[in-house]
Amino acid sequence: MNAVTDTTPAAWQDQLFDVLKRADIRQVGYVPDAGHARLIARCKADPEIRDVVLTTEEEGVALAAGAWLGGQRAALLMQSSGVGNCVNMLSLMRSCRFPMLMLVTMRGEWEEFNPWQVPMGSIVDPVLKLCDADVAKVETPDAVVPAVQNAVQLAFGGDRAAAVLLSQKLIGRKVWVK
Amino acid sequence: MQANVRIATLDRRAAMATLLADRPANLFVVPGLGSCTWDAFAAGDDDRNFYLWGAMGGAAMIGLGLALAQPKLRVAVITGDGEMLMGLGSLGTVGMQKPANLAVVVFDNGHFGETGMQASHTSGAVDLCAVARGCGIERVMDVGDEAGLRELAGLLANSDRTLFARVRIAADDPPRVLPEKDGVAIKDRVRRAVAKAAGFTPA
Ligand SMILES: Cc1ncc(C[n+]2csc(CCOP(=O)(O)OP(=O)(O)O)c2C)c(N)n1
Repeated sequence: MNAVTDTTPAAWQDQLFDVLKRADIRQVGYVPDAGHARLIARCKADPEIRDVVLTTEEEGVALAAGAWLGGQRAALLMQSSGVGNCVNMLSLMRSCRFPMLMLVTMRGEWEEFNPWQVPMGSIVDPVLKLCDADVAKVETPDAVVPAVQNAVQLAFGGDRAAAVLLSQKLIGRKVWVK
Repeated sequence: MQANVRIATLDRRAAMATLLADRPANLFVVPGLGSCTWDAFAAGDDDRNFYLWGAMGGAAMIGLGLALAQPKLRVAVITGDGEMLMGLGSLGTVGMQKPANLAVVVFDNGHFGETGMQASHTSGAVDLCAVARGCGIERVMDVGDEAGLRELAGLLANSDRTLFARVRIAADDPPRVLPEKDGVAIKDRVRRAVAKAAGFTPA
């Protein structure tokens, strides 16, 4: 990955933001990940979206429950390792059938340089399924919008958790030495 | 901090009853799992109580999401010291957002009461009021008597900034009184109450 693609947002990243806007997402909780940098910046710049920086990802699950009680839709942006931090809090969504939209940038699954990302990255899909979440994995730019639109429908139409895993194939290899 | 435990004598059921006695129509309560949920139910079942039976560490964030969604409603998270300690970082997240309509109230008995009264961090090293201040919450109260409880009850209705209060309750274990347990029923009931109070149509 060269310096240009490192800073120029890919088209799918802005399309993803547009999907969240069309879905009327009003609170966005996140623990930052490089792969979500563009989306976080767009959310912060939008006066209709409350961006909520979290200390741990499970806070974003509880935030989404509160938002829904208040009649608003929320989303949680996190890296794959953050899924591990959410496990018990996701029982809140299942017990009460809250909608829960999660967008997960993957690490530890494709051209990974950091082996410490692999243990969690490799179990994200089964862990989320065990938590009763619907899981879709996206590896190409043209699949992003349909997958996220579908997750929005599953979550808010079906009162359940839905996650979209954004592959490292999509995001690109992390640049370790600049 | 040992001193705090010795002077922590407020009765938790009476404290909850005082806080919710003249509850304004727009005050929603998120009681933390276990004892605080029993306390809130004992003070009078109410459509505006989001009883928690789990989600330990999540009470303050549930309150934050609701408070941000509905700025005209008042939201009081009322939870145990153990529950608060599990989500201590959420005080920092609350401090970043600072909604004026949110209060986080900790019924601090210095113990994990629900699980057999094991000493918690607030019996020793941890001062939750100092933590809250350090997280940027500007209005912090340390409540140890009836007058303090009544002042706090008033602020739940009208504080103009995010509020944190520690209420020093006695480490006792009153008989359990159990509210609705079905999460879907609890959620739908609160959502309908919010919709009514705030005037939106629940999906
Ligand atoms: C994740 C998780 N760990 C442990 C428990 C067991 N548990 C139930 S209530 C509770 C804490 C009780 O302490 P506190 O919040 O201080 O309430 P108190 O009963 O003392 O008022 C614990 C540890 C749990 N429900 N969930």
